[in-house]
Amino acid sequence: MELCSFLTLDSFVTDPLTHGFMRKALLMSSLVAAVCGFLSSYLTLKGWALMGDAVSHSVMPGVVVAYALGLPFSLGAFIFGVGSVALIGFIKQKSRVKEDTVIGLVFTGFFALGIVLVSKIKSNIDLHSILFGSPLGISLSDVKQTIFISLLVVILLSIFRKDLMLYCFDPRHAKTVGINVFFLHYLLLTCLSLAAVVGLQSVGIILVVAMLITPGATAYLLTDEFDNMTIISVLSAIISSLIGIYISFWFDLETGGSIVLAQTFIFLFAFLFAPRYGIFKLKKFFAGYK
Amino acid sequence: MESINYQNFRIEAENICVDYNGKVALYDANLRLKPGQICGLVGMNGAGKTTFFNALTGFVNISKGKIRINGESLRSAQKDQTIAYVPQSEGIDSQFPINVWDVVMMGRYGSMNIFRCPRESDVQAVKDAIERVDLTDHLSTPIGNLSGGQRKRTFLARAIAQRASILLLDEPFAGVDIRTEKLISELFIQFKNEGKTILLSTHDMIHVREFCDLVLLINKTVVAYGETSEVFTPENITTTFGGISPDFLFGPES
Repeated sequence: MELCSFLTLDSFVTDPLTHGFMRKALLMSSLVAAVCGFLSSYLTLKGWALMGDAVSHSVMPGVVVAYALGLPFSLGAFIFGVGSVALIGFIKQKSRVKEDTVIGLVFTGFFALGIVLVSKIKSNIDLHSILFGSPLGISLSDVKQTIFISLLVVILLSIFRKDLMLYCFDPRHAKTVGINVFFLHYLLLTCLSLAAVVGLQSVGIILVVAMLITPGATAYLLTDEFDNMTIISVLSAIISSLIGIYISFWFDLETGGSIVLAQTFIFLFAFLFAPRYGIFKLKKFFAGYK
Repeated sequence: MESINYQNFRIEAENICVDYNGKVALYDANLRLKPGQICGLVGMNGAGKTTFFNALTGFVNISKGKIRINGESLRSAQKDQTIAYVPQSEGIDSQFPINVWDVVMMGRYGSMNIFRCPRESDVQAVKDAIERVDLTDHLSTPIGNLSGGQRKRTFLARAIAQRASILLLDEPFAGVDIRTEKLISELFIQFKNEGKTILLSTHDMIHVREFCDLVLLINKTVVAYGETSEVFTPENITTTFGGISPDFLFGPES
């Protein structure tokens, strides 16, 4: 039945839109993707991929505790996200263990704590939707929270867009000309925690790091201008979300996984065919061999 | 008594110490520089040259000692855009998606409003600076597509655009072409005449003799400091480089 109906592209696109939950999922996931894509440029240039992984996993116990106490889940997630980074910094400074090891052990510890808490706290927490996301079953209060957090992150990033770029590029110069580098560091961390919180609704805790690094990596292969990189990153994130949700609707696949796979395929496409930095340097190809 | 002297010095570093998590990188280092002076900072890798720069820019905190810039605190020097830092080539990500114009504009950030919107005066300062380093043909070239020398000039232009009176240069001559080397040495003479104070680190002994009025030899602390002609002796250099003879460093003819 379904196979027949997307014989025309038109119905492939419009049929899902007749369902309220699909319209909501498409809109919310696009918003979340835009926020994560925006931040993604900074994280990939700063080299914070592992940090993104750490923060996104560490929010797990925060989400569980917040749900159990009836608080906004974003609050709990935020506290544990920033807390994990503080703990990583503390252990690194006070011990001889290398940083990547510290990051790995802290976030897995937090994540494990979250899983244990879920099994102990009897409530209506759906472990599956936390781990793998549930853009199709997002509740109204979650919608409000997501919109609020997304706007907050977008406003913060927009105001400090240039300072954050300078911080990623040359923090020493920033410091030398009297710009508050300490503030920018924690601003970026805060945005990372908040983006992880909204992102996990789309694709879940396990895959949210993909939302935070893949669009930026794709854009990095396609341009040499920072502003263009941000735009491409946001667009590729949104397009991936739309493709992922449609694919998951028609083929009855896990939505979060589909979104991330769509991002991965777009990255691979850029990796192979990017005009300048792709494997098959198309620019050179079309210009002929000199 | 000391405070009277502050007026005369651009940079005054007094017994500064820097340690990273208990590991001492620099101790009891002193430096005094006046306007128009060019000072070479010479030492082995790991002798604390970059640490010295980091302390003077405020990028690391000093654990002991005192730094005064134009007689005032480092904090107010930062606010006044007094100090410009030109990083060594390895210190920056050359693949960062940014072009020459935007890098040089970063020299103006400290004096702009919070959104960093360039005013006409900022645009003019950036234009002039890029012209002085002869990169007008490369305004929108991404820094990844520049040669090592052109990239060095880009960062020099950023320091010029900042209109700083103190320039800290980490290995300004490392890995640059002849043309850039010539342009940088001409700029140094102009800077000197403008009354700017320059502190540069270098591995190249010939450059020290050529440009530097003063030389600071360091190995975790100051080994020797003073006029280049007096201080830059084979004995001092041997001490600085941990007992390696100057013959090895200069070649047998010197």
